[in-house]
Amino acid sequence: MRTIFNMLLAAILALLTAPTFALNIFACEPEWAALTKELAADKADIYSATTALQDPHQIQARPSLIAKARRAQLLVCTGAELEVGWLPVILHESGNPDIAPGRPGNFEAAHSVTMLEVPSRLDREEGDVHAAGNPHIQTSAPNYLPIAQALSARLAELDPSNAAFYRSRLQTFTQRWQAAIVRWEKQAAPLKGQPIVVQHRGFPYLNNWLGLKQVAELEPKPGMEPSVSHLSQVLEQLQRQPAKMVIRAAYQNSKPSEWMSEHAHIPAVALPFSVGGTDGAKDLFGLFDDTIARLLAGLNGN
Amino acid sequence: MFKYTALCVALFAPLSTYAASDEDLRAIRAQIQQLKENYEQRITQLEQRLQQAEASSKNAETTAVQAQAAAQQASRPAASSEGAFNPAMSLILSGTYGQLQRDPAISTTGFAMSPNNNGYTKGFSLKESELGVSANIDPQFRGVATMSLNPAGGVTVENGFVQTTSLGNGFNFKFGRYFSGLGYLNEQHAHAWDFVDQPLVYRTLWDNQVGEDGVQLKWLAPTDAFVELGAELGSGRSFPGSGRQKNGAGSGVLFAHVGDDVGTGGSWRAGVSLHQTKAENWVSNNVPNLAGTVGGVSDRFSGDSKTAGLDFVWKYAPNGNVTETNFKLQGEYFRRKQSGLLTYDFTAPGVTPAGVNITDTYAVTQSGWYMQGVYQFMPRWRMGLRYDQLDPGIAQVGALNAVNVISNYGYTPKRDTLMLDFNPSEFSRLRVQVAQDKSRQGLTDNQLFLQYVMSLGAHGAHQF
Repeated sequence: MRTIFNMLLAAILALLTAPTFALNIFACEPEWAALTKELAADKADIYSATTALQDPHQIQARPSLIAKARRAQLLVCTGAELEVGWLPVILHESGNPDIAPGRPGNFEAAHSVTMLEVPSRLDREEGDVHAAGNPHIQTSAPNYLPIAQALSARLAELDPSNAAFYRSRLQTFTQRWQAAIVRWEKQAAPLKGQPIVVQHRGFPYLNNWLGLKQVAELEPKPGMEPSVSHLSQVLEQLQRQPAKMVIRAAYQNSKPSEWMSEHAHIPAVALPFSVGGTDGAKDLFGLFDDTIARLLAGLNGN
Repeated sequence: MFKYTALCVALFAPLSTYAASDEDLRAIRAQIQQLKENYEQRITQLEQRLQQAEASSKNAETTAVQAQAAAQQASRPAASSEGAFNPAMSLILSGTYGQLQRDPAISTTGFAMSPNNNGYTKGFSLKESELGVSANIDPQFRGVATMSLNPAGGVTVENGFVQTTSLGNGFNFKFGRYFSGLGYLNEQHAHAWDFVDQPLVYRTLWDNQVGEDGVQLKWLAPTDAFVELGAELGSGRSFPGSGRQKNGAGSGVLFAHVGDDVGTGGSWRAGVSLHQTKAENWVSNNVPNLAGTVGGVSDRFSGDSKTAGLDFVWKYAPNGNVTETNFKLQGEYFRRKQSGLLTYDFTAPGVTPAGVNITDTYAVTQSGWYMQGVYQFMPRWRMGLRYDQLDPGIAQVGALNAVNVISNYGYTPKRDTLMLDFNPSEFSRLRVQVAQDKSRQGLTDNQLFLQYVMSLGAHGAHQF
């Protein structure tokens, strides 16, 4: 009896002394976990549902994710149907109406930016296309400015007592980010107009920002595995219209890129794609420092 | 005089100018200096303003986007949910080619009083086409309907339920027709199965799947790990229930599931289920008997059915990236106790030839389990292995029927199944399956199946 009482007491004490966070946040992808961390610092307990080494289209609706969503007050996701294959199950099963689509607790980053590659024709014949446009918005640094602003406003809406704190964090982040963008753009100047090949159609926002020119894709259709026949076609095309490098996201199989690298004699470059995708991409700043460093190294032939 | 004055002026003017210059010059210089400073200041100001203008024009695009974003965020437009106002629609097309050595109608040894719907057809056959519709009904409810289009004609409602969306605190309430939450496989639709057919234990103890008309309440605990408790009250319309005409509940289910992640690559879920119902006048045909009647006899059972089950699933993918390679291991065990009255050689009154219609007590405990592993060894390709086993149990047969009803079959039905499937995309699947079915004593059946499963329309999200 006494031990039970002591254990109960210990449990209560543990609960009382545990750090109390203002907001419990469920981030669908690591880049949004990192951005939320920049904007909310220690005012939020942030859980990232996926890592940069996982294909964000194909995530299992794991029991652990349902349990985390149950307690979340804010969901920070890309939206634009990126999570359509797993998030709806988690939302239904979590029994948490606060994070349902359309509620303040459901934040979709894609609402804050201008979407690229919005398909004019919706047909699965085109592969895994998304009606709202290409969802890989996190590859362009300028996209984070409007997203940060909207996210900060959402944090303040859900946690008004810390509104001033979120505002000042946003201001600091915006200043640092703008300065970083200037630096990145200067560093990336040699990349402008350079022809590249991508493994998956995952970089339109990066291309648009830095002026890279995508000339071919290794996947025959978005989301479909590169086939040998398609790779040969791309190789033939590259012999007529050479490219500087072939790029892929960290979570993707390296084989198609390496095959192309070997046959077309161009470097294969693995980009972090999100925070944690490479050792250098420790946070959002590291993500772009490393992305640009890797692209420049690719351009210089390593 | 005038001339003189003029001269004087002419002479002295420069002088006076000269005289004034010393003092004035300083003033003028000061003025010029002031002007210069003033202009410099103005130029600097202008330059600054120009810089600001340039900067703001640079940011104009961003600002515009920000403003737009802010406006959008303020109005918070419909987040990409299921369709605009149209429900999400999906259609599953599926068909098989079967090569069987035995008649699929022969029932599993020791389970002749269970349904034997294995779904096998020799040669080509279209399987049920499944039409799914789902949408939010209003802020409180969401509706889901799955219609099964029978290849022989006719439509059955497989699922048609309403789910609450705003209860909160981890509660989910469901009512209508749904697949019971017991076990692991029971809630999964046929198109999501990893094999052409269900495990033997599901076929014999649950008639493949328990679909209930009733209510289900689930509660998810606010814990870091997944802990879910559920309860159901239903009509008992599907086996082992017999769909009695009865006020109140005809069946009850309790289940609990726990789950979590192991490292970055692994995740698991385990569960316990309890199911209880009653059968009334459940008639089984072609039941073998001790007299060795050709084609067996018909028996009728009325009584209680209590089932307990354990289920476990473990999934692993390197780094949690399922796209490349992944592995799934799952197993389930069910044990059922039936007790009541059995009427041997039953025939309805007036039917000829009349059976002997002997009624006495009957009780039996039957169980079964399966274990299966599915391995995606490269993108798009998966292979799976399954082992099935059943225990028909030893029945306690009342004295009146002791010479009629077989109480101990002394046989353990088993099956080994091997599957290979190819998924050109996440919407299409082509499968080949071979099995050695020893579920019927002395009738080993080497089976081959080819199957296609295609999904059209809305991108359905899959359960764990």
